[in-house]
Parts: sequence; structure tokens; C-alpha cells
Amino acid sequence: MFYGASRSLLRIGCGAGFSGDRWDAAGPVVRTLRAAGGAAALIFETLAERTLALAQLKRQQDPQSGWEPSLERFVAPVLRDCVEAGIPIIGNFGAANARGAARRLQQLAASLGLPPLRIAVVEGDDLLGDLPPARMNELLPPALAGRPLVSANAYLGAWEIAHALREGAQLVVTGRVADPSLALGPILAHFGWPADDWDRLARGTMAGHLLECGAQVTGGYFADPGVKDVPGIARVGYPIVEIDADGTMVVTKAAETGGCVNRRTVTEQLLYEIHDPAAYLTPDVVADISQAELADDGPDRVRLAGVRGHARPATFKATLCYEGGWLAEGEISYAGANATARARLAADIVRDRLAQLGLGRLPLRADLIGVASVLADDAGRWWNAREGGAAEDVRVRIAASAGRREEAEAVTREVLALYTCGPAGGGGVRTHVTPRLASESCYVPRDWLRPRWSFA
Amino acid sequence: MTPAVPLHAIAHARTGDKGNRSSISLIAYDPAHWNAMVAQVTEQRVAELFAYRRPSAVTRYLLPRLHAMNFVLDDVLDGGVNDSLNLDSHGKSLSSLLLTLPISLETNP
Repeated sequence: MFYGASRSLLRIGCGAGFSGDRWDAAGPVVRTLRAAGGAAALIFETLAERTLALAQLKRQQDPQSGWEPSLERFVAPVLRDCVEAGIPIIGNFGAANARGAARRLQQLAASLGLPPLRIAVVEGDDLLGDLPPARMNELLPPALAGRPLVSANAYLGAWEIAHALREGAQLVVTGRVADPSLALGPILAHFGWPADDWDRLARGTMAGHLLECGAQVTGGYFADPGVKDVPGIARVGYPIVEIDADGTMVVTKAAETGGCVNRRTVTEQLLYEIHDPAAYLTPDVVADISQAELADDGPDRVRLAGVRGHARPATFKATLCYEGGWLAEGEISYAGANATARARLAADIVRDRLAQLGLGRLPLRADLIGVASVLADDAGRWWNAREGGAAEDVRVRIAASAGRREEAEAVTREVLALYTCGPAGGGGVRTHVTPRLASESCYVPRDWLRPRWSFA
Repeated sequence: MTPAVPLHAIAHARTGDKGNRSSISLIAYDPAHWNAMVAQVTEQRVAELFAYRRPSAVTRYLLPRLHAMNFVLDDVLDGGVNDSLNLDSHGKSLSSLLLTLPISLETNP
């Protein structure tokens, strides 16, 4: 299917935009791609910044793990259709163990009665595995010196994916790659664009950018009742981009699904997590959408043009994750007459008790859910600038960070003890203690890394 | 000048995050309101709205062909998704705060 230098349209669908995404989203996308005929690919983006560090922690405990936990749930519903229709699947669901994920996918194919598949893995993103310790130390920000690193992964680009597809891969499993590269890979494999055709590389990158968050471009994360209504939102369809040999593209979605694709949904996603629109940095290209234009192209179809590109950066971006202590969270509710005053008193009691226990130094935050919770800042400046609202149904949330687990547990115990020692009428305590990961970014010279692909 | 309306009446927005940096897009529903947005939704006013989060920089990028602008607010997420104690550690809700900003719409002469 991927011979390069093709002039025909390529369709790329997205089956997941994050690890927590719906397992059944890809089905309608693949049905639509099959019905359309022609060249197509399917991508799964399931690897957020933290997700990889969590996978790395899992792999440390069990070497036979470390890939996307929902791998089979995402792929099983569409694998047969994709294999039969020659639609390659590209996913970063390899996380911290791409080879393990590839083995699991091969088992899945066998269990579905499919012949052995050509599954490629992309590697070279793991700095801890690939870089000598001296070079690793050069990269570490001073603040991280001496902290135990959990993971260090560079965002690789699209070329290894493209090469694997050109060699006939039916599935490409990656760890950390830039999200848009998941789509640029099959685009490069299909059209055979030169490596320095920055304008077209930028267009392929923006196709990936529009796809990589799944439903966020098709009416998900968009609805505002009465203002921005989305038809059939509970059946929102996932996106498909049709891209031509010049890199002009149309964004649309799976047939017979809910949601919508219009200039508003596409504009929100086009700008999502872009900083300077004239310089969107990826490992493949620096994309410039400052002069981009959107035009309606029929129902649920929007055309994107005007994307330009510049030479790719000289470095790879990498994310370093290290152990970040413990997060303690506890909640309790107060309702009815004088609820807000009782809720405030509950928070004050917890603060006082922690001071008595010698834990007054722990960074701590108290929210009154129903009055103010998410807009407020950790330091309490939001609260200090206001008289303080009132509500008749308030949930107190205490959150604290602690270096040691026992300290975090001491915080949640104090929330629990509010049942009998706190204000009148408190109910519904829930507590959680969870390990935290902290992260920093750094930049790695290109020639330090060896991105590579191989058949698993 | 007509009485001010909240931005929510004329524009929509979406927040994204990278580390301790928040980026908020702001998009006019009607191109007729674009000039008023450019004139009034300035870096300074947005910095004032988010001052309680102590931004180290607020930068506005204009995309006139899309009638959209993109605000980048540095160091406003209490350390970001891994460090913040906020329930909304990504700052996803910040776009809704931006949409409360009052804006005056000129009446046609």
C-alpha cells in the first residue's frame, strides 16, 4: 500500500487521543476508512507526559509489562478489519516496552485467527537505556542533581515510522514520539516527500496535530449548552483527515456518528497547546500556522490550507520524570444551613491538627468545592482577594504533598477523623494517597540519539 | 460605547498546558467583533485577570485569518500537572475564567 510518491489521497483516522479514551471509538473510524477505499492508516495516541513514567515504574516491578494497559481493548475491535483492508495501525502504545507490546499484539492476532503480522517497533527514545551516564548527567537540569530519575525519553519523529511502513509493516509500535509524528509517518510513507520539503512536512504535522486528541476536533471538549451545542455528543465520532499530495487537507469524522466538524471545532484544536503559531516545534519540522486558513467543505468537512514550514530543530526535546513524593487528598461534605462556615472550620481544624503533629510545614491546600476549587491557586491568593462565597452543599477538599508516605497518610487520617472530631454534620469522607512524579524538559543534540526501527 | 458584555458572549476558548505554562486560545464567533477583541483583550488585561497566579510572562499571538488569538501564560500552574495541588492541575478551567473578561462593543456610528 505504501510505495511512496503516490498522488492519490491518503486518509488517516484516529482511534484514541489519550490513554483514558473510549475503547470502542476506532470501530466507526475503520468502517468509514474501509468504505471509502483507497489508502488509509489508523493512529492511536495513548502516551501523555506522565503516562510513560508510570509505565516505566510498572516495568521496573514486572519486566513483562510497561506498555499501554488498554492495548488489547483499543486494538482488538479493529485489528481484523485493518489487516483485511490493508490499513496499517500506528500507536505509541508501546510506552516503556514497545517489544512487549508487539509480542502481545502478535498473540492477539493469533487469538483472532489472523496470520502472523509484520509488526515494527520504533526505539531509541529511552535516554536511560541509550545514553552513557556522563552524557545523561550533562543533560540534567541542576535542580535534578541527585534526584532518582524514573524515566527520560526523547520525542522522536516520523521517519522511523515511515521507513517501517515502506517496508511493509502492518502495525508500528512506538514509545515516545511526538504525537503528530504518528500521522506524519504514514503520510511520508505514502507520498514520498523529500526530507527538506518543510512546507509539506509542516502540513502533514498539522494533520497529525488535528488528529492526535481524538474527539477534541469533532465536537468533544467543545460543547457549551445554548452557545456551542454539539449534536449527538454522546455518540461523538472520531476524526479522519484526508490529505493530498500537496499537503492540503480536509478534516472530517467517522460516518454515522454524532459530534460535528466545523470551523469552530477545528480552530480550537488547531491552536490547542500551540504556543507561538509561527513556530510550532516538532522533531520533524517547525510548523507555521500564522497564515493558516479554514474553509467549509460540506457537512462535517473543513479544509485547512496555508500552513508553512521551516527546518526542523537541531535538538530533540526530552521529558525527564523523577520521584516526586506523595500526594494526600481527603474530602468531606457539609450541606444545608451554615454549610460553608462548617466547611471552613473543618479545613481550619485539619491545619491546626497537622501543626500539632509537627506537619505544619507540608504544602497544603484547602478547597470548598461548590464555592471555589479549581480556579483558586495553591498559595490562596484567589481566596484572599475575595469576601468568600457561600453555598448550601459544600465539599471540603484537603490536598497536601509530602516527602514520605507516612506523612501523607497522617494528612488523610486527619480528614477521616473529622467524622467524630470535626464540625457538625460532616459526611462522605473519601481519602487517597498516591505517589507523585515530577518532570522537567531538556534538549538533546540530534547526533546523541539513534532512532531506529525493526521488525519485532 | 455600549455596556460591557463578558467575552463569553462573543468568543470561545480552549486551554492547553505544557509543564508550568498555560496556553489559552480565544476565537471570535463573528469576525465583526475581532477588532474590539484585538483592542481590548490585551496582554496587560489578561495579565491582570491572572495576576493572582503570578505569571512571569503573558504573550499574545494574533491569527487574523482565523479571527483568533493565542495567549501563553508562563508559570501559572503552581508547577504544572506533576507538582500542583489543584484538582485541575492542567489548568483546563482557565479558559472559562478568560471568558468572564468584560468587553465593550462599539455601536455603529
